[in-house]
Amino acid sequence: MVTVLEIYQLLPKTNCKICGESTCMAFSVSLLGRKRKISECTPILEVNFKKQKEKLEALLLPSAGAEETGMIVHPELCTGCGNCVVACPVDVANDPKGAAIGCAPTNDKVIFRVVDGKVVASNIKECRRFGKNRVLCYACIDPCPTGAIEFV
Amino acid sequence: MSTCPGCALLCDDIEVVVESGRIKETRNACRRGAARIKGCINRLAPTIDQKPSDIESAIKKAAGILKDSKSPMLFGFSNSTCEAQVKGIQLAKKLGAMIDDTSSFCQGLLIEKILQKKFRTCTLEDVRNKADVLVYWGSDAQDSQPRHLSRFSYFPRGESRQRGYEEDRIAIAIDVRESNTAKICKGHFYRIQPKGDREFILALIDALSGKVPAYEPKKILELAAILKKAEFGVIFVGIGLTYSIKEDFDILVSLADKLPNFQIMPMVGHYNMRGFNENLFKETGFVNRVRFHDTAVHDDKYSIIEALREKSIDALLVAGSDPLSSLTRSLIRHLASIPVICIDPCVTMTSKIAAVTIPCAVSGVESGGTAVRMDGKKIGLSKIIESDYLTDEELLVRLMGAL
Repeated sequence: MVTVLEIYQLLPKTNCKICGESTCMAFSVSLLGRKRKISECTPILEVNFKKQKEKLEALLLPSAGAEETGMIVHPELCTGCGNCVVACPVDVANDPKGAAIGCAPTNDKVIFRVVDGKVVASNIKECRRFGKNRVLCYACIDPCPTGAIEFV
Repeated sequence: MSTCPGCALLCDDIEVVVESGRIKETRNACRRGAARIKGCINRLAPTIDQKPSDIESAIKKAAGILKDSKSPMLFGFSNSTCEAQVKGIQLAKKLGAMIDDTSSFCQGLLIEKILQKKFRTCTLEDVRNKADVLVYWGSDAQDSQPRHLSRFSYFPRGESRQRGYEEDRIAIAIDVRESNTAKICKGHFYRIQPKGDREFILALIDALSGKVPAYEPKKILELAAILKKAEFGVIFVGIGLTYSIKEDFDILVSLADKLPNFQIMPMVGHYNMRGFNENLFKETGFVNRVRFHDTAVHDDKYSIIEALREKSIDALLVAGSDPLSSLTRSLIRHLASIPVICIDPCVTMTSKIAAVTIPCAVSGVESGGTAVRMDGKKIGLSKIIESDYLTDEELLVRLMGAL
């Protein structure tokens, strides 16, 4: 998982404030949270920083396909066991007669469902990591022995 | 809703999207099940001596081989429906042949004891509703039966276990390596040496009897304390444990006697292996390794391994199995030298060396029937798509007719 410091090390570190943030460190945090884009840092677009920009792009590439909550499902690692479907507290609350007791989901309110032997995330706004009262929930990552679910 | 014939869990909550007679998408099935439902990449074609033929001639040729054989063997049936298995047993009876299945080098020993009622056992629904301590012993359910933990054992909430895995259940893994199942049983993983199960069981029996065990006392006493507190425990016996203690299997019976709140469940791989064991048990009183003379005779020498080692068979009919890929090289040599008849939906290693190949429908996808789940419950298989292929049951009936 990428850290703020890793991103900061690749930025110009001049605290020029052109991007609107007060420091480069603040910009790194926004970049990690996908609230800003690399192109908003104009000094890094200059030729002197070409290599650093490429490194930064490569660093942030894996999180490009992430959902709004930062969730990435790696289909090549997923075995479709459905542990996350049953373990997710949102699935349990929204589907007590289906996903909660280990059966197939009975409605569309669940976050996880298994399609073609691989898990697919939907209704991502229901995730406990989303919204105002978000919490750092690990309920879907912990039961996955292959590491197919990741938050960035 | 359809039933998945991927493994012995026989999940019956699978949704399949069919578009113009082909399976487009599967929902709720794990990767293993989805692959099985979507069918094989290389479909088997009827052949005689590796040359293309048609079904009728292939059946005739197969009947000829079986007729000429003095000591034929029928093997497989673990991936066939119960109906086909019954026909297979009838065919063996008619031929006076040996009949065996993969359970002779898998979980046969344990299933035999369970059918003889030497162990307490329960259904998977009981596990979901009541179980609080789950022991995966020599079994990697997460990889072999991927939905076992999520559908029945550890994660779901049940009638008496409303808080599921979070608070109400403890999963324990005893294995020689840190398998994916062991990774889920964090903090309750007991690593043992290969073939160390016997020593571990003896130590556990000591600990349960109030003695200090000689082997890793701290860990064993901690485990014994968890097991003693269990209200409804289940030991999922994997092939690792069955293999390791096969010479002295009664030791597991002694352990089960010490744990009155525990049930024993076999972790079966092939989707209907237990079905074959039950069908043969009903017919003969034995679960595998049988030769039909006037009566059914059971002996170790009638297992496929011993029969190939002693070269006591001169023809082999394989249905829904691939012995070539699971047996050792030394045994395969004799297998390659005798005429093999292979009934299977897909091209397998065995079909490549077979004298006669007869393609059949994929049971549970292109044909329906019944199968027995790992806990002994009968589950109906549904036909998902239409197919021109004959079922293995029909093929065995026609083969019997041709004889």
